[in-house]
Amino acid sequence: MNKLVLIAGGSTLVYLGLALLMGVFPGIALSLTPPGPGVKPLTPIEAEGRDIYVADGCSYCHTQQVRPLPQDKVFGRPSAPGDFAYQTPELLGSERTGPDLSNVGARQASDVWQYIHLYNPRAVVPQSIMPSFSWMFDVVDKAPAGVSSVPVPKAFAPAHGVVVPGHQAQALVAYLLSLKQPPLPGAEAMAGAGASAPAAAPPPGGAAAPAPGAASAPAPTAAAENGETLFVNNCSGCHQTTGEGLPGAFPALKGNAVVNDADATTHMHVVLFGLEGAEVGGVKYDSAMPAFGDMLSDKDIAAIIDYERGAWRNTGKPITAADVAAVRAKGK
Amino acid sequence: MSQEVISRPSGTLSGDEPSLRGVFTAYTVSATAWLLFATFVGILLAYKFGAPDFGPGAWLSFGRLRPIHTNDTFYGWASIGLVGAAYYVAVRSCRTSLYSTRLAWLGLGLFNLAAIIGTIALDLGYSAGDLEYREWPWPVRLIFLAALVVTAWNLIATVARRDTDDIYLSNWYTMGGVLWTCIIAVVAILPWYQYGLGQVAVSGYYMHNAVGMWFTPLALGIFYYALPKLLNRPIYSYALGVLAFWTNLAFYPILGAHHFLFSPLPWWLQTTAIVFSVAMLVPVLAGSANYLLTMRGRYGELAHSYPLMFIFVGVVGYLVGSTQGTVEAFRSLQEVWHLTNFTVGHSHLTMYGFVTFAVWGGIYALLPAATGKHPSQLGYALHFWMALVGSFIYVISLSIGGTVQGLDWIHGLPFIQSVVDMQPYYVWRGVGGLLMFLSHLVFAWNVWRMTFARHAEPATPALAEEATA
Repeated sequence: MNKLVLIAGGSTLVYLGLALLMGVFPGIALSLTPPGPGVKPLTPIEAEGRDIYVADGCSYCHTQQVRPLPQDKVFGRPSAPGDFAYQTPELLGSERTGPDLSNVGARQASDVWQYIHLYNPRAVVPQSIMPSFSWMFDVVDKAPAGVSSVPVPKAFAPAHGVVVPGHQAQALVAYLLSLKQPPLPGAEAMAGAGASAPAAAPPPGGAAAPAPGAASAPAPTAAAENGETLFVNNCSGCHQTTGEGLPGAFPALKGNAVVNDADATTHMHVVLFGLEGAEVGGVKYDSAMPAFGDMLSDKDIAAIIDYERGAWRNTGKPITAADVAAVRAKGK
Repeated sequence: MSQEVISRPSGTLSGDEPSLRGVFTAYTVSATAWLLFATFVGILLAYKFGAPDFGPGAWLSFGRLRPIHTNDTFYGWASIGLVGAAYYVAVRSCRTSLYSTRLAWLGLGLFNLAAIIGTIALDLGYSAGDLEYREWPWPVRLIFLAALVVTAWNLIATVARRDTDDIYLSNWYTMGGVLWTCIIAVVAILPWYQYGLGQVAVSGYYMHNAVGMWFTPLALGIFYYALPKLLNRPIYSYALGVLAFWTNLAFYPILGAHHFLFSPLPWWLQTTAIVFSVAMLVPVLAGSANYLLTMRGRYGELAHSYPLMFIFVGVVGYLVGSTQGTVEAFRSLQEVWHLTNFTVGHSHLTMYGFVTFAVWGGIYALLPAATGKHPSQLGYALHFWMALVGSFIYVISLSIGGTVQGLDWIHGLPFIQSVVDMQPYYVWRGVGGLLMFLSHLVFAWNVWRMTFARHAEPATPALAEEATA
């Protein structure tokens, strides 16, 4: 009997100690992490959307953790401990079959895009392998008053009627759009984030030097200087890699008057400060374009604009980062 | 009692009382049903990577089926299969009878109840959070905990009434595994320390402990019994087994945070996890060496015994999969592989190449002895080769694909490029997965041959000798 007590009891006691040490105590200590500056609790509809995100297992393909590594800069600034104060259950995830969503509300701020994408991801990203969440939408003859129908491209739209977001889709999109990383205030905050990650903190060459006028702007990397890559990462979701946009949802850049205008001021202004209720080529667009001035440096914006002005047989004249800085300085 | 004597699992194989045979059979049949279901869901998931619009609607969506696949392979297939074998090993190695047949049946009922309700709950969208391997709502996990408590009680009480002085090593692992997992389950359920980042720490702890302190010890316990039994020689070194036992216990619980490298978890916690991931080489090498040395000079017998082949693959899967886990934990390599499909390859190398082959090896080595019925050589061969080749294709394609994915990101390519580049590897994964699933159908046939079939296949001479040894 003694042997049994020693083996079963002894090993279980040892294990209990280790479980407390590695599971319970870190859990207790870290549960007390205070929210970071600007980190707010979710509104009721956002919280409802988060429950749907959990129920439908979104985090099996999408992480919500930006690592302090150069390849993660496209997704936002490195996640800080204070970002997770209101995140229970945690949704950090373990796989990136799809992109990280920590900052998707800023990266992809258009609710119209989010709705089309949820209804059928391939309508906006042809190569996407994300499932369609069409069951969260209703197909009706006519959108009820006060509800905008989703401008799903013809090839993906139902044969009859229009698509309107159901309550689940509205809640989920409200949650997705709430996913915005609040900027870490200055260098102190960077040190704060670094406290949890000093050794891996920005590797040499990728040091996080805040871009002018944009506290949270990712630093340029060699690859990120490529205007096409920047365009694909930031713009093609709506305007498409073909530059043709989506009829009725997102305007084309190919042959676009602003893009081909010899004076690039409006072009730069739109990219820096965003646009709402735009009328392009006689068509009015409900979807808002986000302001990229908060997310990208002047150099990156110049690279994107130059790419847009030269691609798809466009004939706009190229500009420089200094031009962008001048427009940024003038303000909205 | 001399070392030589206690080092060999004792007990005769003839005259198993019907109650033990019934318990072992029921656990095996039940586990097999879960294996078929869970891996069928796996095939469906693999198919969806190429056909994302297949199976529209909430019930068949990827995000709901994925945790059903993982939880049912873990808690339906592997857990039930291992516990069934653990009961048999406990009774035979202690030269006694089962403490309580009723408790064993009760445990089986509870395991199945948890898995059934858990599956339905997840498909209806009742998830405790996308917290890997503890997605079942907490009341369901309480049922699973009850099953564990019943099993621990029954196993310990069986060992307590042993007819031998010493406790054979297998039972150290199986009793320990069940007891430790009770603690894991409680830690995972209690809510008070699971807010935000605190819950991330608990997830790291839970994920790896559920694998390393549950499946690993039970599978190792089965190796320690089945291997000497099949070879009819004692384990190479009892002391090495004891060393592996205590070092596994001391090191494994500490490495969980390596699932969250580069996350906002405290850096010291991540570094500690890496250090102990390396320390895990001690129990892994000690254990693997012990098994491989037990087989020393007898490798020729692999050609004549499929049960031995299954166990050999399981041992190699343990060695390779665990060593890979250590290597993966280094920051330099995590930079490439973290969050890619390489991880999925790793989890299949370990949960399939190691644990699942161990369960099969245990069942093939012991169930025919309990029932007196054998699968056919064709059944053995089809099962073994399809499972082996299938898992090779699966693991290799995802390992290469995951590396490509990680390098795409490092090279700053648009994210969608990594999705496009994975496509051929997803196809190969599906091919491997399909072979694996087909092998499970053959396994089910083999289980039927070993249990309910009227006419037993005449055993091969080697097996017949084994059965009457």
